[in-house]
Amino acid sequence: MLSFLRSLTPSQQVGALFVSVFGLLAIISIAAFLLTFRTRSDARDESRHEELRNFRRLLGTSWFMVTVFWAAWAAGDLMGTLLFALIAFLALREFITLSPTRRADHRSLVLAFFVVLPVQFWLAATRHFDLFTVFIPVYVFLALPVASALGGDTQRFLERNAKLQWGIVVCIYGMSHVPALLLLDFSQRNFTGKGAFLVFFMVFVIQTCMVVQHLLTRRLRRPPSIPGVSSSFNWPCWAAGMAAGSLLGGALSFITPFTLGQAVGMAAIACAAGSLGHLVMKALKRDRGVPAWGPRAAVTGANGLLDRVDALCFGAPIFFHSVRWYFGA
Amino acid sequence: MLAKAMSLFLLGLVRLLTGAQARWYGCPPKAEQRIYFANHQSHADLVMIWAALPQELRSITRPIAARDYWTTSRLREWITTRVFNAIYIDRARTGEQDPLEPLVQALASGDSIILFPEGTRGHAEEPQPFKAGLYNLALRFPQVVLVPAWIDNVQRVMPKGEVVPVPILCSVTFGAPVALAPGEDRHAFLRRARDAVIALRNV
Repeated sequence: MLSFLRSLTPSQQVGALFVSVFGLLAIISIAAFLLTFRTRSDARDESRHEELRNFRRLLGTSWFMVTVFWAAWAAGDLMGTLLFALIAFLALREFITLSPTRRADHRSLVLAFFVVLPVQFWLAATRHFDLFTVFIPVYVFLALPVASALGGDTQRFLERNAKLQWGIVVCIYGMSHVPALLLLDFSQRNFTGKGAFLVFFMVFVIQTCMVVQHLLTRRLRRPPSIPGVSSSFNWPCWAAGMAAGSLLGGALSFITPFTLGQAVGMAAIACAAGSLGHLVMKALKRDRGVPAWGPRAAVTGANGLLDRVDALCFGAPIFFHSVRWYFGA
Repeated sequence: MLAKAMSLFLLGLVRLLTGAQARWYGCPPKAEQRIYFANHQSHADLVMIWAALPQELRSITRPIAARDYWTTSRLREWITTRVFNAIYIDRARTGEQDPLEPLVQALASGDSIILFPEGTRGHAEEPQPFKAGLYNLALRFPQVVLVPAWIDNVQRVMPKGEVVPVPILCSVTFGAPVALAPGEDRHAFLRRARDAVIALRNV
């Protein structure tokens, strides 16, 4: 079986990977769907149905993400990068909507959306990874306050700039590392053309960590560890999620350029960044007094996108840089 | 053909920039003759409410556009006439001509209209007092349903004086219809209509 898989070309291998993931998702979804037919007789059944509903919502997110990644991979490098640029654009739109800006911020916002975002993704697509790494934290961070200062409005100057820079870091910088990972080349390790495996590895371990954490939180009903930020987050469940994500990373080491131990370590780094990043975004939402990103009531499909991708936005840059730094790719 | 392409392009652009969400709270989107009246803070308001209406209502609903702004360039004029099928209105009152005349014609021929009863764009949080036009139209066309609407956030997309819009999610909330009570005073009615619009802000 393994020798047959090795005999395939890299793109055939990636294709086989997607087929198996879609198959697995389909089986789980059908099982979850069939469970909804169970009759409810008492309160316990009722709560179990509620749990199932939550689980199916999470499954929906997984379908969404797998489909996006498949489309990105199937459409080729350029289209893939464009797709993630669009996601970053929509996520930043949600972020800015909920962080009220002042009139004088208009020029800075135009810069963020129509200059910073395209340039960052262009740097990713053309593999200028050195400039790609410092473009936002160095150049943009110094240029944007200049644009704001030229706007002439000093009221809450620091706060306004901080908001915008945060939005840029999370939505543009974080998201742009996903296509960059897709394009990362380990030629010395016989890993050319398999960047999709790295993206899959990262997304799959982060998503597993989040799902396990979520399911355990529902089941164990421990008191929240940080009630000010999240009504569900607690350390034991988080640790279990981390363990599950890391172990899965070890099990998947055969699709990565890592050895078993390295794969576990990399998965742990990605899971920690992703799950704690999700927590940070929850704190930001709490501060704005909303349960989810997007306008007060979610009506169109575009809303709540940031909720779905925030773990990725935090996980991707840290995973990307630890891979590059460690392997010198 | 070109107008159709332009309308699709504008719809796509508005959806990409603002999401163009319609929230129907007091009434369903229905093909009856209506006057939609809303707060007015930006030139994009007209495009926004037009894009938020479903396709089949968009074709029978005509927005009101100020002649002095929307006819200053060929492109603006072409867009308002061919794409939006707008009704021009003169903001500067000239002589004895009734400024409501074009609206009366459109309503008499069975079209729905989109009206900004403040008359001009406001800067404040709350809309300015409504002008009498809405009352006069309600008096003349009692069978037309008056639907209040609140346009949220649009002023952030393109503040006065800026040319490049910024992507920010906006929504249009449509509320329960308001009817002119028999013998109702003009001021009382306009205040009630304005309150109905403001009330939608927090739905």
